Amino acid sequence: MLGNQIIFIVFSAMIVIFSILTVTSRRILRAAVFLLFVLIATSALYFMLNYQFLAAVQLTLYAGGIVVLIIFSVLLTSHIDEKFESPALLKKVYGAIAAIFGSILVITTLLNHPFVASTDVPKDVNMDLIGKSLISWGEQGYALPFELISILLLAAMIAAIVVAKKIKTK
Amino acid sequence: MNFNIYDFTSFNQWIDKLLYDNLPVFWAMIIEMTLIGVAFLLFYALVGLFLVYAERKVCAFIQNRVGPNRVGPYGIFQTFADFIKLLMKELIPINKADQFLFNLAPFIVIIASFMAIAAIPFGKGLHAIDFNIGVFYVMAVSSLGVIGVLLAGWSSNNKYSLIGAIRSGAQIVSYELSVGMSLVTIVILAGSMQLSTIVEAQRNGWFIFTGHVPAFIAFLIFIIASTAETNRGPFDLAEAESELTAGYHTEYSGIKFAFFFLAEYMNMFIVASIAATIFWGGWMPFHLGPLFGEWTTGFNIIMDYIPPFFWYMGKTMVVIFIMMWFKWTFPRLRIDQLLKLEWKYLLPINLFNIILMALVVLMGWHF
Repeated sequence: MLGNQIIFIVFSAMIVIFSILTVTSRRILRAAVFLLFVLIATSALYFMLNYQFLAAVQLTLYAGGIVVLIIFSVLLTSHIDEKFESPALLKKVYGAIAAIFGSILVITTLLNHPFVASTDVPKDVNMDLIGKSLISWGEQGYALPFELISILLLAAMIAAIVVAKKIKTK
Repeated sequence: MNFNIYDFTSFNQWIDKLLYDNLPVFWAMIIEMTLIGVAFLLFYALVGLFLVYAERKVCAFIQNRVGPNRVGPYGIFQTFADFIKLLMKELIPINKADQFLFNLAPFIVIIASFMAIAAIPFGKGLHAIDFNIGVFYVMAVSSLGVIGVLLAGWSSNNKYSLIGAIRSGAQIVSYELSVGMSLVTIVILAGSMQLSTIVEAQRNGWFIFTGHVPAFIAFLIFIIASTAETNRGPFDLAEAESELTAGYHTEYSGIKFAFFFLAEYMNMFIVASIAATIFWGGWMPFHLGPLFGEWTTGFNIIMDYIPPFFWYMGKTMVVIFIMMWFKWTFPRLRIDQLLKLEWKYLLPINLFNIILMALVVLMGWHF
């Protein structure tokens, strides 16, 4: 188990360090790249858990999709010399207080929860099952949320087209 | 030890057993991972060098020239000489560039292609990781490569690089859809995303034959869209040398440029191997199904005498040749033509094709 532990420590250290760098970096594109590293390390944790489907979803949606969109919009809007100014001291203090309270809340909850290690053999994720439950409506079926999300996305896409479309002025 | 060129499974198990018997589990695992990594690096270097040579020879052949012919017989050592030259070139630092991202970008591009190649089956037992979501995994990791291109373009602080990067981003994000959907079409036919299962399912005929019409349409779309996804001509707008100098890697020199160059060729190789694996059966020899009668058994046995690795390489090289043929035949598209081709033609055809394939599978119209 030693190897697994070392790899886990490496990935979780990556997540912690790059998360901090994401919010402290003063250059917006670097922040986006650090966020990318956080997301990739998270998907690496899923790979460690043998949950390859979620890991691949994490890579396609977050790393390959959302980060690419963020980078793309930064490319179109900001210049390389631009740097954010450091926020005022008072804001920093408020932020620090909120962060400390938040982490105390999370850490105490984690420490108080009795985690029971499972001794089951890791199972393969059954892709047939995932596909079937996504479109079935009985027990364990996710047809309604699936369709609702599709409608939401469709509405968002149509809205984007309407916003982007040039209105003809005579 | 039992080395067999037709089936590497026992050879791999022999190495595995040797390591785990003599070393603690942790070190055995580390050594195995290092061995596989070194093997892939070696493979990368060889294939990269070969593809650059092949591209120049194919280009010369199509343009009725001789091509490289001075270094070694038929010029086969030309790319080795070029490679040594590239290694000795100066790494020019860019003063006004974002140094961190500028240096990071080539690595992202190359690591993305390195991750994708791990899941490709090269032969029976020659398969680094066999995920049960193989096809999806390859798509997921190959979508990371575009980030390197975007970062390279932006961090160079150069207008040509930036325009190249934005073009490349728009192009890859759109064509990824078509690549994914044409693969989904075949996943419907195969009923699995695991690459080893997909290869095994083509024992009695490759999917392009057993899936007939929809599989053939999917193959055409896959070849077009994946050529676009790898930024190769006629879709090489990101590095259109006549308008953008060299596009997103204008400012790169020496080994960093070589990384982009190598990644481009390796991406072509990966895409070609995916096409060969999904549509043409990967390492599976050409077999005739029981549909053709009794005599096919003899034919199939003769085909089995050619080792699977050569089948795999042969098919991949044919796909690569087709892609090179594309590049040196068609003129470059404009960006609006490029996006129109994807969103107005390929995507609707693809969506219709998925429904057609589902119908074919449901009605049992495939072989």
